Amino acid sequence: MKFLLDSALERLREGAEAPDLAGTRYRLLERIARGGMGVVYAAEDENLQRRVALKVLDVPGRDGDLANRLIREARVLAALEHPGIVPVHDVGTLADGRVFYTMKLVEGRRLDKYIESVISIPDRLRLFLRTCDAVAFAHARGVLHRDLKPANIMVGPFGEVLVMDWGLAKILRAKVSGGACEADPEATVFEEPEQPAIPGDATAISVVTGHGTVMGTPRYMSPEQARGEVERLDARSDIFSLGALLQFLLTGKPEGTTAPDKSLAAICAKSTAASPAERYPSVQEMALDISRYLDGLAVGAHRESIFEKARRFYRRYSVAILLIAAYLFMRIILLLVSRR
Amino acid sequence: MNKVLLGVFLGAVLGVFDGLTALFTPDPAIRAGIVGIIVGSTGKGLAAGLICGLFARKVRSMAGGIALGLFLGFLFALFVALGVHNYYVRIIIPGSIVGLIVGYATQKYGAAPTTTPATR
Repeated sequence: MKFLLDSALERLREGAEAPDLAGTRYRLLERIARGGMGVVYAAEDENLQRRVALKVLDVPGRDGDLANRLIREARVLAALEHPGIVPVHDVGTLADGRVFYTMKLVEGRRLDKYIESVISIPDRLRLFLRTCDAVAFAHARGVLHRDLKPANIMVGPFGEVLVMDWGLAKILRAKVSGGACEADPEATVFEEPEQPAIPGDATAISVVTGHGTVMGTPRYMSPEQARGEVERLDARSDIFSLGALLQFLLTGKPEGTTAPDKSLAAICAKSTAASPAERYPSVQEMALDISRYLDGLAVGAHRESIFEKARRFYRRYSVAILLIAAYLFMRIILLLVSRR
Repeated sequence: MNKVLLGVFLGAVLGVFDGLTALFTPDPAIRAGIVGIIVGSTGKGLAAGLICGLFARKVRSMAGGIALGLFLGFLFALFVALGVHNYYVRIIIPGSIVGLIVGYATQKYGAAPTTTPATR
């Protein structure tokens, strides 16, 4: 009796899972990742001759909960046309009955991997601001992401930031695309954890509580989301996740470690406050504080002492101050010389 | 504040200050002519600031701005020193540094002109 190697078994399983793309304009290239609902493949759009990412459900059927959710995710993405949100191209059903959608194939690096090569704090903050732009746009369209974390943010080859994996998105109101994407009254029922898009990132969880289903990633999830209080979630829940993300960008950990600067630490603390009322009311306000920090201005989250104000002023105008000091020094020297 | 205005304002302020320092010189003749010194010093600060501000509007170059400021400060101070036939070092060195500061400031600070899209 012969035993198959694990790798051989894996290949057989992948072969069996491979979607039947007959009758579509797509040609399968390779498997990229497995998610909770299905698998993401790289495929070629033969009409347009470009590579796309194809997300396909594990199970056939258009009417199941998972199929509804995949279609809803595609519609959410279609409605969120923004440079920081991965665009969806197509949605449909394959010959084998499985629902799929295609989207832009992002050939970049996950944020947590990308920042290993980004040492400068301002550069990291600028990446964070681009993430905020995309999330603020989604909030303006009435969509919460609910699973913001480094693994769900990709940085492209030109430094473009894309917020990925909107599988847990919650629609707050039917504002998206003229109602094409309806508010989801059954969010607490349907929701199932989106498994990590990248193998090995087993951090997403799903727990059923008295209030509903808890989905998301511990440490990046707001307390109210962790308690399953789905009806209470609003933009401030994503702000908590952004705060944890900011903390990660600054310290390498989403919690526990203090940011290297008091102002940044205060921004992290305000965004990850246990009570939503104590957090920033909107992503724009959080981003504004980060921008003010980058511009050398005082941030709203931190009341500075006189010494901190002086230090910030000096940092901002250091060259001008040094030039004037040099001028005064030279003036004094000349006066002393002339008095001899 | 736009770059030209910043250059003019900073040049004038530093020029006044530069002129006022003449009050601390031991020579009573210099102190007696303080008004003329302040006016002259302010004038050269204004001129250097105006030219540096106009340059900064057109050219974004820190090195170029500093070099131009230094050159203008030196040049104007040299004219003044040649006029009084004295105090070359005490006039030229501070004047050059004032020019350098104005050249730097107009490149670093002040609002750059925004380009508006062409309309029909």
